[in-house]
Amino acid sequence: MTRPTRPLSPHLGIYKWQLHMAMSILHRSTGVFLGLGLLAMAWWLMSIAQGPDAYSEFITYASSLFGRLVLFGFTYSLIYHFLNGLRHLLWDTGRGLDVESVRKSGMLTMLLSVLLTVAVWVYGYSVIGKF
Amino acid sequence: MRTDLGKVRGLGSAKGGTSHWWAQRVTAIGLVPLTVWFIVSLAALTGADHPTMVAWISNPFVTVLLSLFIISGFYHLKLGGQVIIEDYVHQDGVKLVSLLLLKFATLAVGLASFVALLKISFGS
Repeated sequence: MTRPTRPLSPHLGIYKWQLHMAMSILHRSTGVFLGLGLLAMAWWLMSIAQGPDAYSEFITYASSLFGRLVLFGFTYSLIYHFLNGLRHLLWDTGRGLDVESVRKSGMLTMLLSVLLTVAVWVYGYSVIGKF
Repeated sequence: MRTDLGKVRGLGSAKGGTSHWWAQRVTAIGLVPLTVWFIVSLAALTGADHPTMVAWISNPFVTVLLSLFIISGFYHLKLGGQVIIEDYVHQDGVKLVSLLLLKFATLAVGLASFVALLKISFGS
């Protein structure tokens, strides 16, 4: 294909950041990060399969401050990707595509993803009696 | 001479039609209940020791649900990762190598998770 010499459509840099753009790229980023999450899940399962020693080594890493930070990131990413994925499935049916609905479902997703992540961690800490 | 429209009609230039798009939706829909179950279960298992984990995973329902989560999860990752590579990597050689690496990595790590799961549930 020959490259047209006329000006091309404006690219990323020219747009003002808006919610739907940020949420779209966040869906991708969380998806990539969840790839690392599946890698961690493989490590978790492998450690259990290897026995108590390997598992307690995994727990040492996972329960460190850095480990918990990463796990918190996985939790948020999974919940956000899940909720925003539901929006995508809704859009696939042709519903909720007008500007106002997209803005509303976007705001709701942002709010719920944070609330649910915190709820999961509060629940987790309450299980071990630290909350 | 074929027009651009002619090339993409039918199954399109990649000859895959909507199969990739559809598989991404199918795995996504399957992952909806599985993800809810996964998050709630793991949160409830916070701080669990090795015997507790083994007992939980060995429950047949858990083994089946975890298998489904692993299979659809890694397949969904392969499909999503492929779209990202195709969107951002434009140099043919680099694109081909990236796609192959993604395919091999998701298959290998997915299989590792699945084998570990079976080993735990059936005992070692």
